[in-house]
Amino acid sequence: MTRDEALFEFLVRMGDNTLVLGHRVSEWCGHAPVLEEDIALANIALDLIGQTQLWLGLAGEVEGKGRSADDLAFHRDAWDFRNLLLLEQPNGDFGRTMMRQFLFDAAHIGLLEALKDSADPRIAEIAAKSAKEVAYHVERSGDTVIALGDGTSESHDRMQKALDRLWPYAGEVFIDDAVDEELAGAGIAPLPSTLKDAWEARVRHVMAEATLKIPEDDFAHKGGKSGFRHSEHLGHMLTEMQWLQRAYPDATW
Amino acid sequence: MQTATPTTRTDSKHPDTDQVWAWLDEVPDPEIPVISLVDLGIIRDVEWQGDTLEVTVTPTYSGCPATSIINLDIETALRGHGIEKLELKRRLSPPWTTDWLSDKGRARLEEYGIAPPQPAGGPEKCPHCGSAHVHRISQFGSTPCKAQWRCDECREPFDYFKCI
Ligand SMILES: [Zn+2]
Repeated sequence: MTRDEALFEFLVRMGDNTLVLGHRVSEWCGHAPVLEEDIALANIALDLIGQTQLWLGLAGEVEGKGRSADDLAFHRDAWDFRNLLLLEQPNGDFGRTMMRQFLFDAAHIGLLEALKDSADPRIAEIAAKSAKEVAYHVERSGDTVIALGDGTSESHDRMQKALDRLWPYAGEVFIDDAVDEELAGAGIAPLPSTLKDAWEARVRHVMAEATLKIPEDDFAHKGGKSGFRHSEHLGHMLTEMQWLQRAYPDATW
Repeated sequence: MQTATPTTRTDSKHPDTDQVWAWLDEVPDPEIPVISLVDLGIIRDVEWQGDTLEVTVTPTYSGCPATSIINLDIETALRGHGIEKLELKRRLSPPWTTDWLSDKGRARLEEYGIAPPQPAGGPEKCPHCGSAHVHRISQFGSTPCKAQWRCDECREPFDYFKCI
C-alpha cells in the first residue's frame, strides 16, 4: 500500500462516516418529536454533509482519477463504503438516534482535535473547520442522552435499550489497521486506539449522569471501516440515497 | 498562467481593491440580508493577479446551503461593476469565526432582531426589549449560524447568532 492509497482510504473513511450518518440523521427531517429537535437534526445533518464534501472532495483529488465528491457518494456500491457499522444502523426511535449520535460525536471530536495537528495541511484545515461544528453536536447529543436517560422511567428504559443495542458497534472506531499504521507513521493521523481512553472517559461520565449502565461485554462488530462486511442496512439506505443519480446519471440541479 | 503581479493603486486599468471591497460590502448575505458579505467576515482577500481579480471566500459552516448562492451573488455584483476576469477561491484555514463579524454588522443584526454573538456564549440581552432575562431554547436554529432563545420579560422568542 502506497502512502497515497492509504490516504485515499483514510479520507473515504472520514467522508463515508459523515455521509452515512448525515443521511441517517436527515431521515428525521419532518419527523422529529418536537420542532426544535427537528431543526437541530436537520442542521446537524447539514454540517455532516458539508464535511462529507470536504473529505470526499479531497479523497477524489488524492486519488487523481477525476472522481468528485458527488461521484464517490452516489456512484459507489455498498462494498466500497468505509463507514463505521454504527453509523449505518437504522435510526430506531429518537432516543436510539441520539445514543448513536453521542457515541459517534464523542469519538469524532477527539479524532478531529487530533487531526488539527496533521502533517498534511489539507487534512488539518478540514479538521479545524469540522471540529468547531462537531463541538456543538457533541454538546447537544450528550445533553440529550443525559436528559432522556435521567428522565422518565420510559425514556430511561428506551435509552438503556439503545445503549445495549449500539454498544457492540462502538468498538470498531478504535481498531487500528494497516491504513492507520501507515498514516500514523507519517504523522498524518493518530492511531485510533490512542483515542480510546479519552472517548471512554467522556462516555462513562455522560452515562453515569444519565443513570445508564454500560454493558460489560467489550465484543465489537467490525467490517464497516475495512469494507469487509457491512450490515444489510447500508444497502437499503444507499438504495434511497443514490436513487436519483442511479436512475438519471449525472443529473444536476 | 498569470504571473503574480502585485496590485498597485496607480494601475489605471483596474478598479483598486478598496473599491472592490466597497462593492462587496453592498452584497447582502442571502440569509440575513441586513448584513453584507464583508460584515459577515467571509471575504478573506481581494487581489489582482495580472488582469484577473481574485476574491477569496471562506465558508461559514461547511454545509451552509448559502455558500453557492453567495459565490453567485459575488460574481453577479462584480460583473455588474464591469469586472470581466474573476476568480473565486475558497479558503478553509483559518476557519471562519464569528469574531470576524464587523461592528456595523453586529449592530445591524441587533436592530433586525438577531442578538449578536457574545464571548460568554449567549446573548447579552433580548434584541426586542433589552432585558437580560433570557434563556436558551435550542442551540440550533433556522440557519446553521443561529440558536433559538426566548426572553423572559417580553416573552418573545428570538434568534441568537451563535459563536463559532
Ligand atoms: Zn424581550
